[in-house]
Amino acid sequence: MATTLTAPVRPGRLSAVAPVGKRRRHLSPGRIVATVIVAVLAVTWLVPFAWATVTALKSETEAAATPVTLVPKSGFTPDAFTKVLQQGNIPAWTWNSLFTSAAITAVTLVISALAAYALSRIDFKGRKVLMTIIVASLIVPPPVLIIPLFYQMVSFHMIDSYWGIILPQVIAPAMVFVLKKFFDQIPRELEDAALVDGAGRIRIFLQVVLPLSRPILAAVAIFVFIGAWNNFLWPFIVTNDSAMLTLPVGLQTIKSAYGIQYAQNMASALLAALPLILVFLFFQRQIIKGISTTGLAGT
Amino acid sequence: MSTSIESWQGASAAPAENRHESRKRRDRIHGWAFMAPFLAFFGLFLIWPLIHGAVMSFTGKSLTGANSSFLGLANYAEALGDADMWHALGNTVYFTVISTVPLVVVALAMAALVNMGLPAQWLWRLSFFAPFLLASTVVSLFFVWMFNPQLGLINDVLGKVGIAPVDWLNNPDVAMWSIVAATLWWTVGFNFLLYLAAMQNIPAAHYEAAQLDGAGGWRQFFSITLPQLNQTTAMIVILQVLASLKIFDQVYQMTGGGPGGATRSIVEYIFEAGFTGYRLGYSAAISYIFFGLIVVVSIAQFAITRKRSA
Repeated sequence: MATTLTAPVRPGRLSAVAPVGKRRRHLSPGRIVATVIVAVLAVTWLVPFAWATVTALKSETEAAATPVTLVPKSGFTPDAFTKVLQQGNIPAWTWNSLFTSAAITAVTLVISALAAYALSRIDFKGRKVLMTIIVASLIVPPPVLIIPLFYQMVSFHMIDSYWGIILPQVIAPAMVFVLKKFFDQIPRELEDAALVDGAGRIRIFLQVVLPLSRPILAAVAIFVFIGAWNNFLWPFIVTNDSAMLTLPVGLQTIKSAYGIQYAQNMASALLAALPLILVFLFFQRQIIKGISTTGLAGT
Repeated sequence: MSTSIESWQGASAAPAENRHESRKRRDRIHGWAFMAPFLAFFGLFLIWPLIHGAVMSFTGKSLTGANSSFLGLANYAEALGDADMWHALGNTVYFTVISTVPLVVVALAMAALVNMGLPAQWLWRLSFFAPFLLASTVVSLFFVWMFNPQLGLINDVLGKVGIAPVDWLNNPDVAMWSIVAATLWWTVGFNFLLYLAAMQNIPAAHYEAAQLDGAGGWRQFFSITLPQLNQTTAMIVILQVLASLKIFDQVYQMTGGGPGGATRSIVEYIFEAGFTGYRLGYSAAISYIFFGLIVVVSIAQFAITRKRSA
C-alpha cells in the first residue's frame, strides 16, 4: 500500500512532465479528431463553472424563471455577489479557512519533516518499529476516527475552536513517507562534510537538508493546504457556531438557509472557489508536477 | 564515512569503543527527539482515538451521557442484523463499482488523447484538473443547480432534443448515477494527471519501433501504451476504490442520503448513528465494521498487485 503512494521522487528533479513527445508532430487526421474530442470534453468540463457564473450574474427572479435563459433579459447584475458579501458570513468563513489551513500546513510540515529526517538518517533503536506503525496507519480511514475524536474534543473543550479544527488534521503519515523517500536520496556526503565541521543534527537538518528539499517541501505544503482548505467532514463535526465555520462547511449551511436563492447560492460557491483557483493559477506547475511524481494528494 | 563521524564526536582521547557507544546513545536521543513532535500528535489524535473507538464500540455510550455500560458484542450483533446498515454498505459498494470504472476509463481516454501531442497542453490540463481543487460543497452546489428538475441546465438541454425531464436527485433509480456524474467531473482530473505523467515516461523508442513495423495508432495504444501502464493502472484503481468506499460529502450534500436511503453511504450512516441518533457506541461499532472492510480490500489489492509485479 505504502509503496503505491510514493512513486519516484528525486532530489532537485521534481518534474516528470516533460514536454509532450516529439512524435507525430504533423497534422494527421488522427490528431485533428483527437483535438476536436479533447476540446469538446474540455468545454463540457467548463460548463458547471460557466453555468454557475451566468446564474450568479442574474437577478434572483431571472435565475428562477422558466424557460432557462443563457443571457438574462434584464441584463447581467453583480447583485448576488454584493448581497452575499454584505449579509453573509463569507468573509469570516474565508478567514477561518485561511487561518486554520495555514496553521495545519505549518505544523504538518514541521513535525513531518523532523520525523522524516529521523527515519531517513538517524540510526536509533525503535526506528523500524516506528516506520512500520506509521506505514500501517495509512490504512486507517479518517471517517473511522470521527466518533472517538469528537468525544475527545468535547472533553478537551475544543468544540467550536480553532484548536479543535487544526489539531487532529496535522497528522499526515503519507507526507512523512514522501519526505523520507526524498531525504533518502540526498547524498550523505553533504552531511558528512558538515559533520566534520562539528555541526550538530539540528544545524545539519536546517542548513543542509532543508535547503536541498525546497521543491518537495513546497509540494507537500501545497497538498496539505489544499487538503485542509477543502476538508469537509472534520470541520463540519467539530464546529457548530456559525462564526467558527470554515468555508466549505459554511456553504453547506447557506444552501439550507437561503433556500431557493439560486443566484446567491452560485455567487457564494464561486467566491468560495476563487481562492484555490488563484492558488492553482500561481502554483500550477508545482501542483501538476507534484501529483505526477508522487501521486499523493488524493489520499 | 566512519572517520568523519569519529571526528564529529570531538577530538577527545576517548577509546574507540567508548566513542562508538556515545555515538549510539546520541543517535538514540536525537532520533527520538526528532520524532517526538510527530509522535505526540500521532499518539493523541490517531492511536488514542483508534483505541478509544474500539473500546466505545463495546459500550452503550451515547451523546446524552446516559448508559455507558459495557455491552460486549451487542453493538456488533445489532449492526449485523440492521437492514439499514446493510443497505448503506450495499450502496457504498455499488457506488464504488459504478464510480471507479468511469473514473479510471475516462481518465485514461483523456490522457491518451492529450498525449497525442495536441497543442495547448496547459489548457486541457487546466480544464480537466481544476474541479479537483474545489471543496465538495462547491461541487454539490454546482450540481444540485445543474440537476434541478425544472430550472436546471441539464433538463433544459435534454428538453430541447425532446427528452422528458428527469428528476436526477429524487429518483431512486437515477440518484446514485447523478452523484457518480458529479464525482466524475470533480475528481477525474487527478487520475488523468497520473496517467498523463506515466504515458510521458514511456520511452519514445517503443513507438518508433512499432511505427517501423507499420503499427497504427490503435495498435500502438493497445500493444504498447496500455501494457506499459499496468503499474499505473493498478495504483490508480487501488487509490480510487479506497477513496470511493469513503464517500460521504457529495451524498450528504446533494441528496442527504435520499431518496428513501437510496444513496446513503456507510460513512453517512456512521455519522447519523452518532450525531443524529446520539448512539456513539453503536456508531463506533459500525465504524469498525467499515474499517474491517477497508482492511480486507487493502490486503486483497496489495496481494493482487504484488503477484502481478512479481
